[in-house]
Parts: sequence; structure tokens; C-alpha cells
Amino acid sequence: MNVLEFSGLVGLGSLLAGFLGALTGLGGGVVVVPMLALLFHVNIRYAIGASLVSVIATSSGAAAAYVREGYSNIRIGMFLETATTIGAVCGAVIAVHVSGSAIAIVFGIVLLYSAYLSSRNRIEHGPHLQSSKLAVRLRLDGTYPTDEGRQAYHVTRVPMGYSMALGAGVLSGLLGIGGGAVKVLAMDQGMKIPFKVASTTSNFMIGVTAAASAGLYLNRGYIDPGMAMPVMLGVLVGSMIGAKLLVKAKVKALRYLFAAVIVVLGIEMIFNGITGRI
Amino acid sequence: MNDSSPDARKPTAWNDVKVEIIIGTLLRSGVITAAAVVLAGAGLYLVRHGHAPIDYSTFHGEPAKLRMPSDIIHDTLGGSGRAIIQLGLLLLIATPIARVAFSVVAFAIEHDYLYVLVTLIVLAVLLYSLLAST
Repeated sequence: MNVLEFSGLVGLGSLLAGFLGALTGLGGGVVVVPMLALLFHVNIRYAIGASLVSVIATSSGAAAAYVREGYSNIRIGMFLETATTIGAVCGAVIAVHVSGSAIAIVFGIVLLYSAYLSSRNRIEHGPHLQSSKLAVRLRLDGTYPTDEGRQAYHVTRVPMGYSMALGAGVLSGLLGIGGGAVKVLAMDQGMKIPFKVASTTSNFMIGVTAAASAGLYLNRGYIDPGMAMPVMLGVLVGSMIGAKLLVKAKVKALRYLFAAVIVVLGIEMIFNGITGRI
Repeated sequence: MNDSSPDARKPTAWNDVKVEIIIGTLLRSGVITAAAVVLAGAGLYLVRHGHAPIDYSTFHGEPAKLRMPSDIIHDTLGGSGRAIIQLGLLLLIATPIARVAFSVVAFAIEHDYLYVLVTLIVLAVLLYSLLAST
């Protein structure tokens, strides 16, 4: 394959990944690494570097749209970012020292888990009534728009949410993904923050988390310009089209299809990791 | 945001919303600029090296000149397509960092010193990651 063919094909694949990721809300980053590793036989370290860059592009691009609605809570976001960024740096350091096969196996497990999360019905918890002492000290409570005007919410179980955010950061740095699903879990199930606030705040955090490990990947030589270019441009354009076309009617079927693709990729990653082909 | 009414001391939801709108605009312009630079570099790279064979199956690591911000900027001036793409990627990585730096200022204006500290920790981690030579 020459540079032109490679850039064209990878660009097209990334466009599709970004498009489906935005349309289904599952994020395109999660399929970029397996696509590069399994389909294009790209070394997993290059694939992770390229994927991280595309994660920064899509999350920063999308954050602007969410901001105006007034859902995201910048204090919660910034506080948890101390955990996700430190976690991401640790993840990037771990990635240097473990084999590509081990990374592939962990990646496969995370893919299967995120497919499981997306297929499961979300348990909606009612508004939490009392803030924990730590949440009050950190001023994490906020309000968000509902049908009956802005509603206050309370935050609890801060240490639990914080440790989950740390874990989300490690996964993001190790695998080159946004880790949005784990961040949402940390806030929604961990700290009892309303789902809409959790998901928009998570989107805000993804770019900063990815930047924390991307810097390290760049100065360790894991980010190749010829490799990252088609991935970044493809995913960015794809996710912009996906966000524009977000029509609710057909998304559900697409979501199942995309989840099925993720399951297949997850199994492939684990298989290739165990047999040492990655 | 910087008036001296009593509200300025106690951050209100409205203040936060204003700050978030500025941050959102900052992020979007950073991504657009970065994408434009990457696209320009891509043009040069594809025209010059489009027919060169490619193989990413083994990991070699990038040459030193494509790793450190100072070297990347230096090579960009020489008109290397790969270096220009790398500069665009560097701008992209810098975008969330700029957002965090802006938040430090925003919290300081709101006299929220606890969050100035929290945000400075995040900024320190980001700068360490980008600039630490290994």
C-alpha cells in the first residue's frame, strides 16, 4: 500500500467510525484502534497515538454545542480532571512498559464491557436529597434545566466517584480512548449526579484527559503524522456529520448494530492478543 | 464578571454559563485551526510522498525532531509536510490545555481560590506530560 491509498482508506474508515460514534452516542474512538490494528495491521502503539488525537478533536468540537444548554458542571469536571489526568499519565506510562498483546487483551475486555453497558437499560435514580460533607466543601452541587425550570441537584459519595475517574483516566491513557462511558458511570452511578449533567460534563472532561496522555505519547514518538492525519480528519468530519443528522427514529437499531460491531471487534482483539498476533 | 457588585464574590450559575460559553468558543476555534493546519500539511505530504510505500506494522518510534514542540516548530518553518501536520496535532493537544489555563483565570476572577488551586493542579499535570523529556 502506498501513502495515498493508505490515507484514503484509513480516512474513509475513520469517517465512518466518527459518524456512527456520534450518531449512536458511543464515541468513534473506541472502534478506531481495533480498525487500525485488525484491518490495516497498524502497530497498536501507533494506532493508540492516532486515536487519542482524534478523541481530543471530537470532544473539543462537541463541547461547544453542549455548553449553551447549561447542563455541564465545570466544578465537578475540573475536580474530577485532577483524577483523570493523573490517571491518564499513569496509563500512558504503563502502555510503554507492557506488550502490545497485553494492551490488545485489555482493549478487547473494555470493548465488550462498553457494549454491555450500552445494551443495558439505564437505572434512573431520583434526585439525591442530601449532599455529603466533602461535596459541600468542594461546592459540587449545581442546578440544571428541566421542564419545570432549573432544578437543584446534590452530590454524594465523592471518594467513590473520584476513584472511578482515576480508573477512567488510566484506561484512556493506556488504550487511547475517551473513556466517556466510565466517566459517566463515575458521576451518574457513583456520585448520583443527574444523567444529563454527567454525560455533558464527561464530554467536557474527555478532551483534557486525552490531552494529558497525548502529550506524553507525542514526546515518546508514538504519534506519527502520516498515521494520525487521516484518522483525525476522518473522525472529526464523520462525527460532525453524525451530530447534525442525529434523528432519533432510526438510532435505536443503529445502536444495536454498532454494539454488535463492538462485540465482534472486542472478541477479535482478545483473540489476536492471546495468540500474539498483535 | 469583573464588576464589584456583591454577586461578583459569590459565583452565580449565570457567571458559570458565561465562562462556559467562552470556553466552548475557545475549544471550537482551537479545533478548527488545528484541523486547517493538519489539512495544509496533509496536502504537501500527499503531493510529495503520495506514492511512497507505507508500513506501520512494526513500531519504530518517531524521530526526535517530530517529538518535541520546539523541534516541530523549527521544522515547520522548513516547509516539511510531516512537520506541519505534527504542528497541527500539537495545536490540537494545546487546545484543552488553553481551556484549563483560561479556567484558572476565570476562577480567580470569581475569587474561588479553592478551584484556582484545583485547576492549577490539572494544568501542571498537562504541562508535565507535554514537556517532560524522557
